Amino acid sequence: MPLTATRRVTLGLILLAGVCLLFGDFEISTHAPWQALGRLFMGLIQPDFSRVDFLGEALLRTVAFAFTGVGLGAAAGMLLALLFGHVWVRTFCAFIRAIHELFWALIFLQSFGLHPITGVLAIAIPYAGTFAKVYAEILDECDPQPERTLPRRAGRLSALVYTRISQAWPHLVSYTAYRLECGLRSSAVIGFVGMPTLGFHLAGAFAQGHYATVGALLLLFYALIASLRLWARPRLLPLYLLASPFLLGTGLPIMWSNVARFFTEDIVPAPLRNGEGLGGLLPWLGDLLAHQALPGIWNTLLLTQIAMVLTGALAMTLFPLISHHFTGRHFTGRVRGALGHGVLVVMRSTPEYLLAFILLQLWGPSMLPAVVALALHNGGIIGHLIGRRSNEIQLRQDAPGGMNRYAYEVAPRVYGPFLALLFYRWEIIMRETAILGILGIATLGFHVDSAIQELRFDRAMVLIVITALLNIGVDILARRLRARLRLSHTAQSEP
Amino acid sequence: MTMLALHDAVAAYGEIRVLGPLSLTLTRGERVALVGRSGAGKSTLLSVMYDRWRDQGAALMPQDLGLVATLSVFHNVYMGRLDRHPWWRNLLTLVRPRPGDVAEIGALLTRLGLDDRLWTPCGELSGGQRQRVAVARVVHQGGGMLLADEPVSALDGPLSEVTLTALTDAYPTAVLAMHDVELALRYCTRVIGIRDGAIAIDQPSQRLAATDLLPLY
Repeated sequence: MPLTATRRVTLGLILLAGVCLLFGDFEISTHAPWQALGRLFMGLIQPDFSRVDFLGEALLRTVAFAFTGVGLGAAAGMLLALLFGHVWVRTFCAFIRAIHELFWALIFLQSFGLHPITGVLAIAIPYAGTFAKVYAEILDECDPQPERTLPRRAGRLSALVYTRISQAWPHLVSYTAYRLECGLRSSAVIGFVGMPTLGFHLAGAFAQGHYATVGALLLLFYALIASLRLWARPRLLPLYLLASPFLLGTGLPIMWSNVARFFTEDIVPAPLRNGEGLGGLLPWLGDLLAHQALPGIWNTLLLTQIAMVLTGALAMTLFPLISHHFTGRHFTGRVRGALGHGVLVVMRSTPEYLLAFILLQLWGPSMLPAVVALALHNGGIIGHLIGRRSNEIQLRQDAPGGMNRYAYEVAPRVYGPFLALLFYRWEIIMRETAILGILGIATLGFHVDSAIQELRFDRAMVLIVITALLNIGVDILARRLRARLRLSHTAQSEP
Repeated sequence: MTMLALHDAVAAYGEIRVLGPLSLTLTRGERVALVGRSGAGKSTLLSVMYDRWRDQGAALMPQDLGLVATLSVFHNVYMGRLDRHPWWRNLLTLVRPRPGDVAEIGALLTRLGLDDRLWTPCGELSGGQRQRVAVARVVHQGGGMLLADEPVSALDGPLSEVTLTALTDAYPTAVLAMHDVELALRYCTRVIGIRDGAIAIDQPSQRLAATDLLPLY
C-alpha cells in the first residue's frame, strides 16, 4: 500500500517525537508525588471559600486585566488589520505575537515595575498582533460584490464599514469573544510574575501548602470561564470595558528614570554599552549563543515535538467524548455527551502554565510536567473542535458501530481538519514551551528568566528575540505543510 | 456626454476568450435589453461596461445582487448613496438612521411591496425580496445609467412589471440583461442579442417580435 503524503507526515512526526523522547529528561523526582496529588484533589472537593475578600479581589483583578488588555488589543488589532496589506505591518504583527505575554510582562516589569500598565500591555501587545492577523483574514473572506456595487465616490471609511465590516461582524464578534476567554487565562497567568491576578494568589497558596485555598481558586476560575457567556453580554460589554481600567488596582508608581534607563541602557548589549564596539559584540553574542541560546533552542524543539504528538494523540482519542456518533443522541447519550464536554472544558480552560506549575509542585522539575500540561490543554482544545466538526458529518443509516465506526467512518473524515488545527497550534505549543522555562525546565524561557534574575537584560532581550524568530520559523513551516497537504484553513476554523 | 461607446472590447478567463472583440455605441435615453442564452456572455459584457463607465456614474445591479446579508433592508438601500454624505453621517446612520432617510427609503420600498421589511436583515429575505432590495438600492442611488443583470429573474407577474417600471423611471439610460424576451421587448427601446460572445442581433425593439429572437436560443 503506497503511503499518502498525510500518512508520511504523520509517521514522520511520530518518529521524530520518539527520537526526541530518548534525549529528554522525564523523571518524577519528588518523594511522594501521588500523596501531593491526593492533597490537591482533596482541596478541590473540599475547597475553602472562607477568605472571601481575597478570593473576590483575585477574580476582580483577573477580569479587569483581561478586559482592559483584550479591549486595547482588539482596537489596535483592527487598525493594524486595515493596514495588513503592507508587508512591514505583517512582519511587525508576526513579531509582536511571537513573544509570549509572560515575556512581555517580564520586559515591562523591569521598566514600569509593578504598575498595572505592565499587565495591561503584556496582554494587549501580543493580542493586537493576533487580532490583526485574524481580523484581516476574516475581512478578506467577505464577499467583494457589495463593495463593487457601491457608488464610485463613496468614502473609504463608509465603504469599509457598510460592506466588509458589516458582513464580517458576526465572525468578528465571535472571534473577539473567544479571545476574551483566552484573555482571562492570560490574565490569570501573568499573576505568576507578580500582577495581582489569580496566578499570584495561587502561587502564594501553593507555597504555603493551603490546598483548600488552591482548590477554591481553581474552582472559581473554572466557574468564571464557564459562566462567561452568561455575564459577558454584548450589550454590557461597553460598560465592562469602561469600568475595567478603574479596577486594575494601583500597584506601585512608575519610576520614569527606570523606564528611560531600561530602554536606553539596560537592553543595549554590554560590549556596546562599554564602548567595545563590534569587536566585543561578536564574542559576546557567540558566548550567549553557545551557552544559552542553543541549549535552550534544543530543549524547546525537543519538548515541542513530544508535546505536539502527544497533543494530537490525546485529541484524536478524546473527541469521541463529545461526538454524537459515539455518545448516541438519546437521553443517556446526551448525558454522556455533557459529561464529555465537561472534561474537555476543564482541560482547555486550564492554562498550560498553570497546569505545568501545579504538576511541577507535585512531580518535581523535569520535562514530564511540561509535556503533560501542554498535551492536556491543547488536546482539550483540538479534541473539542474536532468533536464539533464530527457532529456535522452525516453517516449512512447502516454505518458500523464502535471501533469500526471510529476507524472507518469518522476518523478518516476528520483527520484533515485535525492536522490543520494541530499545525495551527504548533506555533502556540512552541511559544508555551519556551515560556514554561520560567518554571525551571531548561527551555529558552529558563535562560531568559535567569538572565533577568542576574539583571543582564541585554542578554534576556537577545534570547527573547531568538525565541520570537523560532516561533515565526515554526509558523512558516506549519503553513508550508498545510499548503503541501492541501489542508483548508480559514479564520473560522481557528479555535 | 451623449454617447457611450465600446471599441473592440474583449474578455477572457485565463486562455479562453469569452467575449468579443465587440464594439457598440449607446445613446443617452436608450434602454437596451441584452438577450441570449445563458453562457452567451451577457454578464461578462455588463461587467466590461461597468469597468469602462463606472467613473461616469454608471450604477450596477449584479446577478448575485451584492447585498450585505447582515445589514437591514434600510441600510442596504441607503448604501446606494454612501457617496453623497460625509463619513461621520454614514457611521451615525448605522446606529441611528435619520427620519428623513427612513421616510424616503420607506416610500421607495412601499412602491416595491417591501414596506413591512424595512428593518429585516437581508439574509432573512426570500430570493424575490432580496432582488427587490437590490433594485431599491440602485433606484435610490440614481445616476447617469444603469447596468442590471437579470433584475427581475426571481419575480413574476405584476411584481416584475412594477419593479421594471421603477427601474426604467429612475434610469432613462440602461442596459438590462433579460431572459424574458417578451418583457425585454416591452420595456426596452433596443435589443442586442448575444451569441458566443459576439453581437448577433442589434435592432430597435419596435421592429422585433419575440419569434425573431428564437434563433439566439
